[in-house]
Amino acid sequence: MVLIRDLLIQGAQMFLVLLAAPLFTGFVRKVKARLLRRQGPPLIQPYLDLVRLTRKEVVLAESASWLFRVIPYLVFAATWIAASLVPTFRTGLLFSWSADLIAIIALLGSGRFFLALGGLDVGTSFGGIGSSREVMIASLAEPAMLMIVFTLALIAGSTQLSTVAQFMASPQVGLRASLALTFVGLVLVAIAESSRIPVDNPATHLELTMVHEAMVLEYSGRHLALIELSSALKLILYVSLLACLFAPWGIEAAGAAPPALAIGVATYIAKLAVGGFLLAVFETSIAKMRVFRVAEFLGVALMLGFLATLLRFVSESF
Amino acid sequence: MLVIALAGAAALLALAAIAAISAGATAAPRIVYGTSLVIATVSLVEAATQLLGWAAPQTLTLPFGVPWLGAHFHLDALSAFFLVVVDLGAASTSLFALGYGRHEQAPQRVLPFYAAFLAGMTLVLLADDAFTFVLSWEFMSLTSWALVTAHHRVPENVRAGYVYLVMASFGTLALLLAFGVLAGPDGHYVFSQMRATHPAAALGALALVLALIGAGSKAGIVPLHAWLPLAHPAAPSQVSALMSGVMTKVAIYGFVRIVLDLAGAPAWWWSIPVLTLGGITAVLGVLYALMQHDLKRLLAYHTVENIGIIFIGLGLALAFKAYGMPAAAALALTAALLHVFNHSLFKSLLFFGTGAVLTATGERDMEHLGGLIRRMPQTAFVFLVGCAAISALPPLNGFVSEWLTFQAILLSPHLPSWGLKLLVPAVGALLALAAALAAACFVKAYGITFLGRPRTSAAAAAAETDGFSLAAMFLLAALCLIAGILPGLFIDALAPVSWVLIGARMPVQIGVPWLSIVPIAQSRSSYDGLLVFLFMIISGGLAASAIHRFASDRLRRAPAWDCGYSDASPATQYTAMSFAQPIRRVFGSFVFRARERGEMPPPGDMRAARLSVELHDPVWETLYAPLAAFVGFGAERLNRLQFLTIRQFLSLVFAALVALLLVLALWS
Repeated sequence: MVLIRDLLIQGAQMFLVLLAAPLFTGFVRKVKARLLRRQGPPLIQPYLDLVRLTRKEVVLAESASWLFRVIPYLVFAATWIAASLVPTFRTGLLFSWSADLIAIIALLGSGRFFLALGGLDVGTSFGGIGSSREVMIASLAEPAMLMIVFTLALIAGSTQLSTVAQFMASPQVGLRASLALTFVGLVLVAIAESSRIPVDNPATHLELTMVHEAMVLEYSGRHLALIELSSALKLILYVSLLACLFAPWGIEAAGAAPPALAIGVATYIAKLAVGGFLLAVFETSIAKMRVFRVAEFLGVALMLGFLATLLRFVSESF
Repeated sequence: MLVIALAGAAALLALAAIAAISAGATAAPRIVYGTSLVIATVSLVEAATQLLGWAAPQTLTLPFGVPWLGAHFHLDALSAFFLVVVDLGAASTSLFALGYGRHEQAPQRVLPFYAAFLAGMTLVLLADDAFTFVLSWEFMSLTSWALVTAHHRVPENVRAGYVYLVMASFGTLALLLAFGVLAGPDGHYVFSQMRATHPAAALGALALVLALIGAGSKAGIVPLHAWLPLAHPAAPSQVSALMSGVMTKVAIYGFVRIVLDLAGAPAWWWSIPVLTLGGITAVLGVLYALMQHDLKRLLAYHTVENIGIIFIGLGLALAFKAYGMPAAAALALTAALLHVFNHSLFKSLLFFGTGAVLTATGERDMEHLGGLIRRMPQTAFVFLVGCAAISALPPLNGFVSEWLTFQAILLSPHLPSWGLKLLVPAVGALLALAAALAAACFVKAYGITFLGRPRTSAAAAAAETDGFSLAAMFLLAALCLIAGILPGLFIDALAPVSWVLIGARMPVQIGVPWLSIVPIAQSRSSYDGLLVFLFMIISGGLAASAIHRFASDRLRRAPAWDCGYSDASPATQYTAMSFAQPIRRVFGSFVFRARERGEMPPPGDMRAARLSVELHDPVWETLYAPLAAFVGFGAERLNRLQFLTIRQFLSLVFAALVALLLVLALWS
């Protein structure tokens, strides 16, 4: 019985992030449009887009190989698993121990590895420019993220995200200098990794500074739908991560009573709304950077992560 | 079992002799590689039985070598583990070479040395006294040198052979001195006696430094790596795989044997040079690799990076051992050794793939390749597995060992010393940077070589490689996957090694539910490669079947879109140099003083515009070039000694005699 219930909750979590991801993207777009005094597309527009794309035929470049067709599924699988391993409304899920925070980062790294290969597969200059910039951004964002993971792991005594989230929800966390540095660093990494302004612009693929959209330029139809869904999943993953680490209120501990589940879901939705609103405000108030400024932007994140880790190594009290 | 391993080495030596006589025969490659395959497989089974069965160490003394001393041999868990690595590498390489070796232009320059090289590596692992060890080590170096210069008409190879020979002799000299230090006042040359002497702290440190120079130069530690990216690519591909995937591991064995076993109890600060060099090696290795466009050289530089990762693990193990934290030391050591095993798998695999590409196209310059995934689908598939494994992507094996290294780093705040408290996070950051850059490097290697459109007619006309080569590559790719999804088995297999060196082992992994690995405690960290693999298959398959079933599965081929600017010429694709340009701008301008110069002719001038990139090798220019200049200068001066008159020679001899007598008089 317990196993079946846990399986159900795990499944619910997986499909919750899958279903909420496009809605969250739509919400951010809507808020951005309203801030710019536009009407904006309806909230459910991303779902409509996905349905439209999956129904269309795939137009495949003549020079595309089999790998090009497999990559969307690989990327989607890796991102979905990573996203469903981040606690949203409940910690201590059935399979939460199968991959810790380092493995989640590495799963996202797998997705990016294959997506960058997809950009190179057709052999066009746009795909190449996107891929080469994406790996440059990743080569700074990933170490920054790992340093952040180190700090969190040293604070909570575990790399297991579930344990870390429970620790963050407990009163023994307190205010720490290393946590403040980690928070800022994680926000910077999250912006870069989910291809948001000022690092990349998700709304266009017709400017020279583009990264992600250039890489997936040759994709169409259902393949593009999966890639769009993966980037929506990645965005919700980072927002959930920030929420469960730095706003862990209301998250249900494993084994709590059913009403707590409802509270968990409700607070999660509220956190997403706040996160999405803040993201939209941030994006509308800042200009896109030149691509080589990104190195400095992420260098700051790396330094913050490194400083935070160093502080934790020097003393347990920071 | 020791007897069988020794008999295998002897058989390989005999095979080398036979090959030397009959290398001209057409059947010679098949006989040499086939016999090597059989010998390596038998030896592999024996070594694996020894390791997995926790068998007691075996010793044997044979009556040759130095008179009155004999040659001592020994097989313990450490030797057995490295023997597994060497034999697995040798077996897969021989299988590969059964197909690949047929294309060899000069088999008489390869075959005898190939078998002798395998024998040399085996003997290093079995040696139990300093004389046998150094002799086998030098034998291994010289046979591999002969293989590096097998294609001696290429000027590059001759230079590579020269640099390799100089560095190898230098390394052996350092090892000789290390054993001299460890031998103690009584001149013990047998390892068991050295172990019992417990050298003084200063002597132990001296042995550490000498081992770092001697074994580190063979393994490719920065700044002693200079020969490696020259020599490894120069050899035939199967030998490149052996040198990069296996011989560097024998060097690691030498380091572990001397520092963790013979030199006695480590002091805490021994870990400082090991960790520092490891971190620098990891990052510089991968940055060098990113700047390359020769596929084999890229892989060789990448070996340097992986050696850095292994040394980080070893340095942590030293620190934990010195502070009496055996559980953490066992974790760090297991991480390092597992990376030794993993790296030997995927690096051999990648060199095989490069060999297959070289046979099919005659090219190893990535700028002349492209689109091989359509012409060589199977090679492309296994090469992709190798690239994903070496980039430490789950659920493959490279991730497991890097994950364990990260876990070991996360245990290090408990170390009491302040130096390490400051150093280890920096090393962790370097390791994280290296891991991320490695993925970038292999996106480039794979994307430019196998994806895109063919850049030359040779690449467009490539054909799939032969069955033996494919079998060897598929075998290694399968092992990469198995070691990735069932890492617990491999961690448990390493337990006897850490038991011998540390006196502790990692927790037993085989009984953990769902076959996941738990290095310390479930609540602290765990990883389950099998589940991640299954999840990926299920969710990817689910998405594919749902979309194909309920939405659309139609597909139409059309010219590439490319924002409407589609260009038929493959020259418009990204190249290896342009792919690395963003990273070159971010990291290279600092490390390599990279400068880009664009040369744009004025309007009306019909010359082509040119972009040239200037890179400076920091290690070569600051260390080797001045050293070479100094040696050259000194040699020039000493050259005059050749042209003295007989009186001057005699007075020189007399002066030397007086000086020596004076020294002797003052000494006593």
